[in-house]
Amino acid sequence: MSLQSVLESGKFAITAEIGPLKGTDTTEIKEVAELLHGRVTAANVTDQQSAVMRLGSMAVCHLIKDHGLEPVFQMTCRDRNRIALQSDLLSAWVLGIKNVLSITGDLPSLGDHPQAMSVYDLDSVQLLWVISRLNQGFDMVGNELKGKTDFFPGAVVNPGANTEASFELQLFKMEKKIKAGAKFFQTQAVYEPDKFAKFMKRVEGFGVPILAGIIPLKSVGMARFMNKNVAGVFVPEETIQKMATAKDKTQTGVDIAAGLVKDLKDICQGVHIMAIGWEKKVPQILDAAGM
Amino acid sequence: MILSKQKPFEEILGYLEGENKVFILGCNGCAQASGTGGPVQVAEMKGKLEMAGKKVTGTNVVDFLCEKALIKSRLGTKIEPLEASDSILVLTCGVGVQAVAASVNKLCHPGCDTINLGGSRGEWSGSERCMECGECVLESTGGICPLTACTKGLLSGQCGGANKGKCEVNPERDCGWELIYNRLKRLNQLDKLRKLAPPKDYGKMLPRVEVMATERWAVERPAWKEVAAK
Repeated sequence: MSLQSVLESGKFAITAEIGPLKGTDTTEIKEVAELLHGRVTAANVTDQQSAVMRLGSMAVCHLIKDHGLEPVFQMTCRDRNRIALQSDLLSAWVLGIKNVLSITGDLPSLGDHPQAMSVYDLDSVQLLWVISRLNQGFDMVGNELKGKTDFFPGAVVNPGANTEASFELQLFKMEKKIKAGAKFFQTQAVYEPDKFAKFMKRVEGFGVPILAGIIPLKSVGMARFMNKNVAGVFVPEETIQKMATAKDKTQTGVDIAAGLVKDLKDICQGVHIMAIGWEKKVPQILDAAGM
Repeated sequence: MILSKQKPFEEILGYLEGENKVFILGCNGCAQASGTGGPVQVAEMKGKLEMAGKKVTGTNVVDFLCEKALIKSRLGTKIEPLEASDSILVLTCGVGVQAVAASVNKLCHPGCDTINLGGSRGEWSGSERCMECGECVLESTGGICPLTACTKGLLSGQCGGANKGKCEVNPERDCGWELIYNRLKRLNQLDKLRKLAPPKDYGKMLPRVEVMATERWAVERPAWKEVAAK
């Protein structure tokens, strides 16, 4: 069942994330794709995540599709102008890619090519609007396409924004994304289901399925690093202590993630597991969560 | 105003490799204000080059090196040392170096890098910036420009990178969109945040064609004013 039909029929969706590596070795991608096949609804493929140059998202989407896994093509606005974005969207459609996730993209100054020119010709809301236009059979300036797309566009939201302004701005932008065509949302990592439930209450009226983000913890250091540096992510001290006192840290990380899946199951319409190197442990997490 | 900074001395010495006699030209305009090519810096550069074993045939500081008529009249009295030099080291912005190179039949070395103003108009303390985008959006953002206040120049609102009101790129830098939100909230204008912002026409941000023309006819002729008025 496709991501679109799962979400449209009100079933619980599980998406994972694959981050292509730097280079042309695709061995692990294929292994992960086969492992996740049948266990998740779809898998996102990141687009030059953290502004670090890697193998491209479109090619890897195509690759995992060949291995039976439905891809979500992540597309950032950082590296391509409106001509390249539209052309890549047409190319992705021709390669059989159905889902596109529109994101702004991290600044190059945070990645491994800080000298790069950042583009941001369009932003994530405008890109969603462009995708909607292509679906209607027109490019963004109104020229008719010979053969249109039928993408299922998605977007991201950060439910843990930590100032009033930031939180309200996220909601305003979410509304704009829906107006521009977003059909589903994936969120930044959630570690506090109670707080997330309050966010869900606020966006109830939007009527768009939301997949809560889950990043499995690998260590205490990772949790503390995210708390300090990653906007909108907060790992509570209680969870950090569970990791600190654990004999088997890997198992505890898996268990915490599984616990989150269970807690979030009744709150939202799906989960999005960003394993960041632990892709092969996703089936374990799902087993432990009884999914 | 145009901002410049002096190139590293080693880079300048590299330009002068194989040359012994150099004439130094400075500028009393923006380069002096930038602290890169005024009388003080020209004298300093003379000392440093002589320490490095170069012969400085002469120095001069022209009021505005971007003005070719001034360059020609001021250097008219310096013809001999200029002709005796292998090259001219020009301590000013990219416009000045080009104007000197076009006015004097000598090899000209740039002594400075010209710095992007990033929407400021030079050295002043205000934090307001204008990118000269050609289609002002301040109406919908409470008078704070998202192109300059937001590191990514986003038109549709905040990205996911704001942390406690600051930009993820630099914890010292306010998130521009939070400033916009707070301003609009104070003005009871938050509804402006619901409007979709159309993609920008970045063609309007390019310099006018007349200014970019190789002949630079529009800048050189009185008629440019008519063009600018259009």
